[in-house]
Amino acid sequence: MLLLLAAHLVVALGAPLLVQWLGRRAFLVMALAPASAAAWALSWTSEVMAGDGPVEVVQWVPALDMELAFRLDTLSWLMVLMVGGVGALVLVYCSRYFSATAGGLGRFGGVLVAFAGVMLGLVVTDDMLLLYTFWELTTVFSYLLIGHYAERKASRRAAMQAIILTTAGGLAMLVGIVLLGETTGTYRISEVVALASEGGGIPAGTTTTLATVAVVLLLAGAATKSALVPLHFWLPAAMAAPTPVSAYLHAAAMVKAGVYLVARFAPGFGELGVWRGIVIVLGCGTLVVGGYRALRQNDLKLILAFGTVSQLGLLVLLVGLGSRAAALAGLAMLGAHAMFKASLFLTVGVVDAATGTRDLRRLTGVGRELPITAAVGALSTASMIGLPPFAGYVAKEAALEAFVHDGGTAVGLFVLVSMVVGSTLTVAYGLRFWWGAFATKRTHATSDDATAPHAAAVAAGVAGDDGPLAIKHPPLVLVAPAAVLAVLGLVLALTPEVGEGLLAPHADTYPGDPGHLVLWAGFSPALALTVVILTVGALMFWARARVEGWQARVRIPWDADRGYRRGMRRLDELAGDVTAVTQRGSLPFYLGTILLVLVGLAITTLAAGTTLPGADGVRLWDSPVQLVAGLLAGGAMILAANARRRLKAVVLAGISGYAVAYLFLLHGAPDLALTQVLVETIMLVIFVLVLRRLPAYFSVRPLAASRWVRLAIGLTVGLTVGALALIVPGARIHPPVSVDFAEEAYVFGGGKNVVNVALVDIRAWDTVGEISVLLAAATGVASLIFLRRRGGELQRADDAADGTRVWAGDVPDPMHVLRVRDAGRAEGASEAELGLGGSTRRARPRTEWLRGGRTLAPQRRSIIFEIATRLLFHSMIMYALFLLFAGHNAPGGGFGAGLVVGIALIVRYLAGGRYELTEAAPIHPGLLLGTGLFLSAGVGLLALLAGGSVLQSLIIEVTVPLLGDIKLVTSLFFDMGVFLLVVGLVLDVLRSLGSEVDRHGEAQDGDPETEHPEGEDRATADAPYGAAPDEHLGAEVQR
Amino acid sequence: MIDTSPSLALVLAIVVLITVGVYLLLERSLTRVLLGFIAMSNGINLLFLVAGGAAGGAPITGQTAPEDMSDPLPQFMILTAIVLTMGISAFLLAMAYRSWQLNRHDEVQDDLEDRRVARRAAADLAAFEDSDTEVTTTLDEDAASAHDEMGGDRS
Repeated sequence: MLLLLAAHLVVALGAPLLVQWLGRRAFLVMALAPASAAAWALSWTSEVMAGDGPVEVVQWVPALDMELAFRLDTLSWLMVLMVGGVGALVLVYCSRYFSATAGGLGRFGGVLVAFAGVMLGLVVTDDMLLLYTFWELTTVFSYLLIGHYAERKASRRAAMQAIILTTAGGLAMLVGIVLLGETTGTYRISEVVALASEGGGIPAGTTTTLATVAVVLLLAGAATKSALVPLHFWLPAAMAAPTPVSAYLHAAAMVKAGVYLVARFAPGFGELGVWRGIVIVLGCGTLVVGGYRALRQNDLKLILAFGTVSQLGLLVLLVGLGSRAAALAGLAMLGAHAMFKASLFLTVGVVDAATGTRDLRRLTGVGRELPITAAVGALSTASMIGLPPFAGYVAKEAALEAFVHDGGTAVGLFVLVSMVVGSTLTVAYGLRFWWGAFATKRTHATSDDATAPHAAAVAAGVAGDDGPLAIKHPPLVLVAPAAVLAVLGLVLALTPEVGEGLLAPHADTYPGDPGHLVLWAGFSPALALTVVILTVGALMFWARARVEGWQARVRIPWDADRGYRRGMRRLDELAGDVTAVTQRGSLPFYLGTILLVLVGLAITTLAAGTTLPGADGVRLWDSPVQLVAGLLAGGAMILAANARRRLKAVVLAGISGYAVAYLFLLHGAPDLALTQVLVETIMLVIFVLVLRRLPAYFSVRPLAASRWVRLAIGLTVGLTVGALALIVPGARIHPPVSVDFAEEAYVFGGGKNVVNVALVDIRAWDTVGEISVLLAAATGVASLIFLRRRGGELQRADDAADGTRVWAGDVPDPMHVLRVRDAGRAEGASEAELGLGGSTRRARPRTEWLRGGRTLAPQRRSIIFEIATRLLFHSMIMYALFLLFAGHNAPGGGFGAGLVVGIALIVRYLAGGRYELTEAAPIHPGLLLGTGLFLSAGVGLLALLAGGSVLQSLIIEVTVPLLGDIKLVTSLFFDMGVFLLVVGLVLDVLRSLGSEVDRHGEAQDGDPETEHPEGEDRATADAPYGAAPDEHLGAEVQR
Repeated sequence: MIDTSPSLALVLAIVVLITVGVYLLLERSLTRVLLGFIAMSNGINLLFLVAGGAAGGAPITGQTAPEDMSDPLPQFMILTAIVLTMGISAFLLAMAYRSWQLNRHDEVQDDLEDRRVARRAAADLAAFEDSDTEVTTTLDEDAASAHDEMGGDRS
């Protein structure tokens, strides 16, 4: 069965290509997929009848008890034949129905075949969760098919309505499935039904309440899918789909899924009162309402659509009642309906294609022009209205027989009366349908104007003339599928005992007396009722003008469709109101809410199960210095919060950070202290780089009240976290996982520094994730600052234009006069150099310490700083390398080493400007970031080659002459990756917030009129506000 | 078992750092938000430290006996947290700069779309316009206008 599903999938995916090669003939190829399903089912017929159809179980998600379980029993066999057989015929029909130039046929064909596939899966699966999956897939494909003409508003609306309703029902059904599955302990449909059947509707392990709820939810799914009252209105609206879709999905296959579900579970739950109640009320209601509405329609497709609604009600009633005789009639009706209704839809398609209209007030003389089509239509209509000797008659006769048998009780009488009324309506609208489509009659222009005022306008709008219809003669291929189905409806009915033999095995799983399928059962009450039904129905057709007039006068106050639309509108409004209340658009509001929720949760948990430790449970300090450092960390931050000057705040925050580093050191965490100091230093520099562009002072915010609120929230959160800090350490009841880390780090990780080994080995995966975040942050910084291209070009000192004066600003240059003389001398020297050496490089003074130095504005240069940088830089790099290589056994490692290199780069930048930065690191930061991540994560894969797991360390010990024993641990490469990535991060940030911001500043100083630094910048910068929909609102916010 | 009783000095530092951090985080100036974020990170890092137990020697084999070591587990978590904070802070700073570049200030404004939704809800207007939900036609008219791209020819 998996093979069949796979075949459908392949054909569906290949459909667009097929259509490209073969045009609309591709549908003939696609028809092979559903045809193969039908043929497969036929080939298993005898085994299925004997009760041992094929079973297939493949483990899928064992942890969730999900299996790909399939089986073919009688009910599935019948459904597969319908799905596959009608599917194949509809696809054949499609090959001529659509014009050769119709658009979107590839997509249409693909979706239709995919639908056939999932429908097949739905009816053969024996797993409830899988059933649900297929169920929702049919909904999705139905959505796509209804909305095939996506440019039409009506199509979009109908598709949306269908998917919302059926998905809602499907979700309800899922809850029911989970309830049943969890309480019974199995998700196998067959097992659940068997359990329920044994327990009289309540499976073992389930309580009555649970079973009731589950059953209601299951039926909700079936009711939406099978368009039962009061959710029936999506089906007529779905007639916006192309007619083949209506014939297949909305007559033969998808809407039968609900009936299938009911038929599947009825043997188990049919005895439950709630099940019977729902089935009877919904079934009878739908049967009558659908028939009544069908009688009122003028569009042929709408007549059939409401007729389908009516018949679905009957089907659910028959298979859901839980009686053996009714179930047999229901199964027969299921097959008969698939044949006659699909055939009728296809016939309507033929008429539509031939005449260009489906309005029965305009159609006339079609039967005379298209006798074969009319005959096919007549056969199918006869089956629909239950005329002997057609399949519809056999089924309906069996149903009447069963209901008459149960007619003694009040409920039975109600069901019987509903059945008779519904069938009478069926006869009336069936006759009217055939008459409307094929009869020769006076058209509305002369007779119907009075009763249908808007019809003329509609008809005129469609065809534009009231002249006689031009009738095209359809090709045989277009009529053949409908004819096959219609004739089948007659042939099968002539041998009812064969049908009974085929269908009885499923009906026998219901309780009660067996029923029979026969053509002639002698003179019985059922036969009398049939005569009544046919006679009254024919009379209603004969007096159709009077019936129509009566129907037009009757006002029905409640319209389910309008109710649905109002409900949706209310939902929208509610969503808008909720959004308005909760989404205030204010960041402080959101953050405050999040923090208070955190406090609420933490306090509830703490208060519920813990107490604060007593005086003996805490220590004042680990060492007195800790208190000093702690006070410094907190105090500096308090001052920072009060600072009005940005720089002051940042410096104070930095002091707090250094104090925290000292706390780390005191705690016995040298690695942390090292990293924290380096990070604080880098942060301080980066802050200053940005702050030089921002205003010196924070803006004044005079709202004192809000400050107290913020302080209150701050204190609440702070004290809560403090309570956590006091309680959490005492909550430890197990020895820490890190208790053996020291030994493991040395034995498996080959390093003595536990923290570093943990980073690069024990939890290397986490580190990979974290450095990925760093990479993303670096990229984010660069893309916020470099607006045109990420990272820009590498501009080295030689690329600087003559006269470049980095950081000149408006700082006065009092030494200018002296320098002019120097410059003259230098130029003379350079000419001499050129003459001697023939060097193409620009000459430079011999006493140049940093190559980028001369690109600085002279008043910004500091020779002492340049010399110090020249002397320090290489030492710092060496130190960084030391940290990198020693990190496995001593404080250090990739993070620390990378940060030291970062600081070295910062020093070069500060001493020599942006050109000097490029001189120091003439490489694109993106390359460093990428290489770093590759080394860390990529090299980790190498361990796989050595037979280990990903990121596992290998320890290689070799003896090298002179150097002695060398122990190489592969996690060193991981650490190198971390190192490169951190260097890349700092370099990227420096190039963005340093170099590029410099450039922005220079561009701005050069052109004070420009609001924004560069042309491109302005375009990008203005766009979001220029395009803002509410200009005045923007102004409002500014105020 | 290691000594897990918390040090009050550290807890005090945590309370102050978190309080100030939250106070600043609820500001509108991005620079102060960022300072608050950094203060909170420091506080949370110290919280990790406290949760790991008492102070001890550096967790380096050979330098400290295993039983005297401070717990390495919170340490490597804090280490990456420190570096991540730096990365995120740089990003926030870039945002502050960009905000200044565009608006000449670094303050977080209320979201315009949210304000619009709130205004429309207060005035009892639909939150959005959707022509698909406006039904002006009947089922009959829809059906009459729905026609497939049919061939139906003998060709």
